Amino acid sequence: MKYLLLICEEAEPVQAAPEECDPEPWVAEMEGRGVRKFGSRVRPAENATTVRVRDGELLVTDGPFAETKEQMAGFDVIECADLDEAVEVAAKHPMARLGMVEVRPFWTE
Amino acid sequence: MVVDGGPGSGGHGGAGGRGPGAGGDEHAVADAVAAAYDAEWGRLVAALIHFCGDWDLAEECAQESFAKALERWPRLGVPRNPGAWLTTTARNTALDRLRRAATESRKLRELAGDLRTAEVAGADAAAEGAAQAAEADGPAAAPGSGAAGSGATAAGAAGARAGGTGRGAGAAGPVDRAGPVDPFLDDRLELIYTCCHPALPLTAQVALTLRSLAGLSTAEIARAFLVPEATMAQRLVRAKNKIRNASIPFRVPPPHRLPERTAGVLAVLYLIFNEGYAATRGEALVRREPAEEAIRLARLVVDLLPQDAGGAGPRPRAEAEGLLALMLLHDARRAARTGSDGALVPLEEQDRGLWDRRRIDEGLGVLDRALRRRYPGPYQVQAAIAACHADAAEPQATDWPQIALLYAELARRAPSPVVELNRAVAVAMAEGPEAGLVLVDALAAEGALTGYRQLPATRADLLRRLGRGTEAAAAYREALSLGATEAERRYLKRRLRELTDET
Repeated sequence: MKYLLLICEEAEPVQAAPEECDPEPWVAEMEGRGVRKFGSRVRPAENATTVRVRDGELLVTDGPFAETKEQMAGFDVIECADLDEAVEVAAKHPMARLGMVEVRPFWTE
Repeated sequence: MVVDGGPGSGGHGGAGGRGPGAGGDEHAVADAVAAAYDAEWGRLVAALIHFCGDWDLAEECAQESFAKALERWPRLGVPRNPGAWLTTTARNTALDRLRRAATESRKLRELAGDLRTAEVAGADAAAEGAAQAAEADGPAAAPGSGAAGSGATAAGAAGARAGGTGRGAGAAGPVDRAGPVDPFLDDRLELIYTCCHPALPLTAQVALTLRSLAGLSTAEIARAFLVPEATMAQRLVRAKNKIRNASIPFRVPPPHRLPERTAGVLAVLYLIFNEGYAATRGEALVRREPAEEAIRLARLVVDLLPQDAGGAGPRPRAEAEGLLALMLLHDARRAARTGSDGALVPLEEQDRGLWDRRRIDEGLGVLDRALRRRYPGPYQVQAAIAACHADAAEPQATDWPQIALLYAELARRAPSPVVELNRAVAVAMAEGPEAGLVLVDALAAEGALTGYRQLPATRADLLRRLGRGTEAAAAYREALSLGATEAERRYLKRRLRELTDET
C-alpha cells in the first residue's frame, strides 16, 4: 500500500537545533528498509503558482491554492503494509515533532 | 431438543426476526437464537472479517446465518454449540458469495474481451495458500455450500478483496494466515482495537463498536445517540470506507502501542456508557441499552486482554478493570437515580435500598483486583470514588475527606476543570459549604467552565445550604437556562420552587 506523506510546518515554526530538523537520517533509514520510494523538500508557499483552466481560459495566480497557516514543506511516497506501519514511519520523521505529517493513502482500485 | 443457548438465555425477544412455527418449541428456538445473537454476534463478525477482510460482507453473512438459524433450528433442533454452527454457516455463505463474485468478474472480463491472463494467474497463485486453508477445514456437511466452483477461484476472490483492502502484505488478511483458519478463534479483541482505531473519528468509533461488536442495528444506535438513522448509516459507511481505503489493519496493536490504544478503547466504552445513559433512560424502544453494552464490552476487554498485555505490563489491564468497576458501581445506582416523577434524585437523597448490591459487590471485587496490580490510573481513581459512595450505608456515613483526596489525585492524573468542580463538592461535604464555595467561585473566575450547567447548579446547592436563598435562586435559574436534561430540569425546578416559596 502506497501512502503520500505531506510534511507540514506549523505557522509558528518550533525553535529547534538544525540537527533536529535534518531529515537525512530518516531518509537513509526508510530507504534502507525499502519503505521510502521518493520524496523531496519543496520551496515555501511564496514560490507557489496555482493553475486553473476555466472555459478554456488559463488562469495563473501567485501563491498556494489553499491559504492556510500550516504550509507544506515537502512530501514523501512510502510503501507500507498498512496504516499502522505508515503512522510509525511518519512518527519517526523529524517534522512530526516540529510540525505535522499528513498521511494519505494512494487511490487504488 | 437440546437448548444450549449459552449465557443469559434470551431475555431479548426477536434477534432480527420471528421464529417460525415449530409447535411449542417456537419460543424456545427464538430464545436460543436471541441468546446466540447476544453471545455470538461480535465473535462471528470478527471471525468473518479476519477470514475475508471485508466488513460489509462479514456483517451480511453474520446476519444471514442468524436468519438461517431461525429457519432451520426449529427443524434440526438447536445445535449443541450454536456458535460453531453459526460460524460455519456464515463462512460458507461468505465463500459462496466470493465464488459468485469471482465468476461474475470472470464473465465480465470475458465479455470485455480483455482477459489479462498473466495478472489473473498471478493473483490466483498468491491466494492459493488461502484457498487451501479455506477449503481444508471447511466442514464436511456444509449447510448451503453449493460446492460449485473451484476453491482456487473463490480464494482468488478472497485474495483480491484482501489485496483491494491493502491487507495483502503483512496485514492480518487471509493470505498470510498460516495453516487452516480456526472457526472458533476469538478475534473480538482485534475487532475492538480496529473499531476504536484513532484514525477514525470518535463518533464513528462509537458507532462501529456498537454495530460490529455488540450487534446493535443502525436504527438502534441512531436512536440511542439521538441522530437520524440516515446520519448514523452514513457515519458507518464512511468509517468502513476509511478502514478499506487507508488500510487500517485488523489486529491488536503491538505491545509498545498497547497502553495508549487501550486507553482509546476504554474512552470509547466510557463514552458509550455515559452518552447511552443520558439518552436512553426509560426509552423502551431501544432493545439493548448502550450503557449495558458498554459494561458487556468492558467485561470482554478485561477477559481478552492478555495477562501480561503482550509484554506491555499490567497497566492496560488494571485500567480496563478500573473502568469496568466504575461502570458497575455507577450502574448499581440506576434505579435510585430517578424518582417516580422522572426527576433526578441527588446522591444524598437516594433510597439506598434500591441500589443493586450484587452489582456493587462485583464492582468492588473488580476494583480490588485492579488496585492490587499497583498501576493506578484515572478510571481506578474514579471507581474508588464510586466505591466510597457504595460503601456508605447512609449518606452521613460517606467518607467525604477520602473522596476529596481521591478527586485531588484524579485532578493530578487527569487535570480538568470538571474534576476540580467535583473536588469542590467533596470539599464542601467534608469541610462545609463555605470551603466548597471558595473553590467553585475560583473556578467560575477562571472561566474554563463558562456555559457548563453543573457549575451554576453546584453553586446554587452550596448557596442554598448556606442560607443565601436569593443568590441560590439566581444560580438555579442560570443552570436551567443552560440546556439541562429533563431529569435535571425537574430537580432544579423543584429546588427553585422550594426557595421561592420560602422567600
